[in-house]
Amino acid sequence: MSHGEHASVLDDPQGPPHVHHMDPPTAYHAAKFGMWLFLATELLLFGVMFAAFAIFRWKYFEEFHKASKHLNWMLGAANTAVLLTSSYFAAMAVDHAQHGRNKKVLSSLLITIGCAVGFLVIKTIEYSEKYHHGYFPGGENFHEYKTFLPLYFCMTGIHALHVIIGMVLLGWVASLAAKNRFSERYYTPVEVGALYWHLVDLIWIYLFPLLYLVG
Amino acid sequence: MGHSTGSSGHSELGHIVPLKVYRRVLAILLVLTVITVVIAQFDFGNLNLVVAMVVASVKAALVALFFMHLKYENPITWLYAAIPVFLLGLLLGGVFIDDPFRISPQDAVVADGPAEKMGEHHEAHH
Repeated sequence: MSHGEHASVLDDPQGPPHVHHMDPPTAYHAAKFGMWLFLATELLLFGVMFAAFAIFRWKYFEEFHKASKHLNWMLGAANTAVLLTSSYFAAMAVDHAQHGRNKKVLSSLLITIGCAVGFLVIKTIEYSEKYHHGYFPGGENFHEYKTFLPLYFCMTGIHALHVIIGMVLLGWVASLAAKNRFSERYYTPVEVGALYWHLVDLIWIYLFPLLYLVG
Repeated sequence: MGHSTGSSGHSELGHIVPLKVYRRVLAILLVLTVITVVIAQFDFGNLNLVVAMVVASVKAALVALFFMHLKYENPITWLYAAIPVFLLGLLLGGVFIDDPFRISPQDAVVADGPAEKMGEHHEAHH
């Protein structure tokens, strides 16, 4: 991002890093637009899985109906609440950053990451339940729901991967906040990181009713 | 809240959203989650899926508009947010149109000729 050779008297630790040929507001809007562009491709990645789910739910409705009864909707609902709350705190982190409150950016992001850990703990409980009942890939009962279960693990697995990537990303942003890097004039990583996190939430908003409730 | 009213609104960078908006959006999202779960306890057949997807879409719109600040974004961001939704609509729309009306190879063999590939109607005629 910052070019050593372009360092000038304008450089100050509270200000935005210098990007070649871009004034700070342009760099901010370009970075945010870039993230929206990336999120568009992410939506299509999950979109293909949603389409596959739609086709197989149509073809094997009985299997999907019975299989979804094996999922614990209470854990799914709890995870929905956890992710929605995490998104709220990510949005709060952006607001604090917009006012240059680095300490509060850090605490908000740590709550968001804490929620993400909570989400993964609940997901692990669900996965281990599946494992103990032989519904894990390679398990003795996997064949009972051999269309639903691969889709379930694929969709929730890739989603969980996004949760982990989001945690790492927000952890990095939090470390910048700990170094007081953000101000009213520069908070691009907080905003862009939060955008990514909201997408993780947004995907789960659809996954929860599809997998747990309407089978 | 520690917010001066002057700090809300457009700045050179992003839009600053009043904090009460975030709190209300979170409250509505949690209420909609409860509604989704409660509705799923009743069996309305295929209507369950429709209701669940409509509620999910309202929630997704709230997250995008307020948490992701889409409401305050420029037209080009709106365009790029709409493109994947449109493409997804094409894909899912295509699936829904194609799949339920497709005649499987077994059905085609049962039919006497191309003119009678009508599935159930074929049985009814004989």
